[in-house]
Amino acid sequence: MREGREVALVTGGSRGIGAAIAEHLAATGRAVALTWRVEREKAEAVVARIAAAGGTAAAFRADGADARGVTAAVDAAVARFGRLDVLVNNVGKVRDGVAAAMGTEWKDVLDTNLRTTFLFTRAAVRHMLRRRRGRIVNVTSIVGRNPGAAGQSNYVASKAAIHGFTRALAAELAPRGITVNAVAPGFILTDLSRPFLQARPEIVRAIPAGRFGELADVTALVEFLAGPRASYVTGEVIGVAGGLCL
Amino acid sequence: MTVAYHFAGRVALVTGGSHGIGSAVVAALADAGARVHFTYHTRSEEARARARREAPHPLTAHALDVRDPDAVDRLVREIAAREGRLDCLVNNAGVSRDLLLGEMADEDFDTVVDTNLLGSFHVIRAACRPMLRQRAGAIVNVSSVAGERPEAGQSNYAASKSGVNGLTRALAIELGPRGVRVNAVAPGIIPTTDQLTSKNARLLDGGVLDRIPLRRFGTLAEVAAAVLWLLSDAASYVTGTILQVGGGYRL
Repeated sequence: MREGREVALVTGGSRGIGAAIAEHLAATGRAVALTWRVEREKAEAVVARIAAAGGTAAAFRADGADARGVTAAVDAAVARFGRLDVLVNNVGKVRDGVAAAMGTEWKDVLDTNLRTTFLFTRAAVRHMLRRRRGRIVNVTSIVGRNPGAAGQSNYVASKAAIHGFTRALAAELAPRGITVNAVAPGFILTDLSRPFLQARPEIVRAIPAGRFGELADVTALVEFLAGPRASYVTGEVIGVAGGLCL
Repeated sequence: MTVAYHFAGRVALVTGGSHGIGSAVVAALADAGARVHFTYHTRSEEARARARREAPHPLTAHALDVRDPDAVDRLVREIAAREGRLDCLVNNAGVSRDLLLGEMADEDFDTVVDTNLLGSFHVIRAACRPMLRQRAGAIVNVSSVAGERPEAGQSNYAASKSGVNGLTRALAIELGPRGVRVNAVAPGIIPTTDQLTSKNARLLDGGVLDRIPLRRFGTLAEVAAAVLWLLSDAASYVTGTILQVGGGYRL
């Protein structure tokens, strides 16, 4: 490994926004570790795409339900690339339902979104504290700040909770040279969301920018927060939602 | 126009009502004429003493761990069946375990998030059922200024309380069309009888009053007043709001 190359760990990097962030951070010269839980082949395809573009990446399996496994994955990434500069907590899921009838969806969403963020952050911060340097970027959602639709109490609570986690850790880790911020995307076109969103022109009309977001809109913000120019930015929740305030 | 700020005939449930803010809310609701049910987790002696002391008011104490969804469902069903209705819910049960991230065990994170956030969800899910049937109800979640402006060492607590704020906003949207209002109060530093000692003395030494424009800590009665206002018909057009009761803390 080339001396001085930064290392970024992106959780949930096998597809969607996570894969886009992994590829973008690799394109900016960082070695990238990405984690996957189910979709090994997709994760390996992301690694292959990064390698084909001249970058360096490796995929590691990690399941947020297994705290020790999360720590082991982070440690394995650090062992592979020698250091850890950037953590992007991107793992997340949605399972909507009305509150009066909500069962396992609540804990499933809270554990996947909030608890997994806690586990990866705790494991990563141990490495960052040694070097008194680090960047943590949590990918949340604009609904964590401005919920829009009924039936998302679990998802909104999980994303709002990550915002609080972000601010508390920013206060805690700023004296140690580690920044902690959140990016809160609005409606972003991904392979998964594109068919749904493009069939809903009324959603576009509610977005002041007049268009859905692209993956590049999100990755540009993550890159800024992960980079040297954002060294005085911490504890912020930054929307990337085209002005959407539902 | 006369504004109703009384609770005669109303049935209220307050979680974590044996001491501190919850206890002040219980007393204020009972004084305002509500039939009050409150829960306690560990402090059964205090809870029973309180129920006896307030004997002239209809006041009932129940043991409950809000992390246990079946126990929550059973208790709420029992109260609604016995009283025939449920009008007010105050989600106050909460814990804190301040620790730096590196020293925070899984269990420290889980206990705080499960009690404060998951527990609030359990009780709302159960309580909103009778409220939705009535097409009326008022829910107040006791959050904290730490939800928006946390200190170092509070990553679990801040996550739980900002999660409660999100839950409040999301459920205001979901339950509003059915006549149920959902709000939160976010208290600042409110010394309770068992907190008056070391922690607040440390805060005072640390110059915390400089960050509170009103230059003093709040009282339990001041928090209870805000909770009662949000529960009352005086706030009948207010939903989805996070009302800070913190003397302007770090504005």
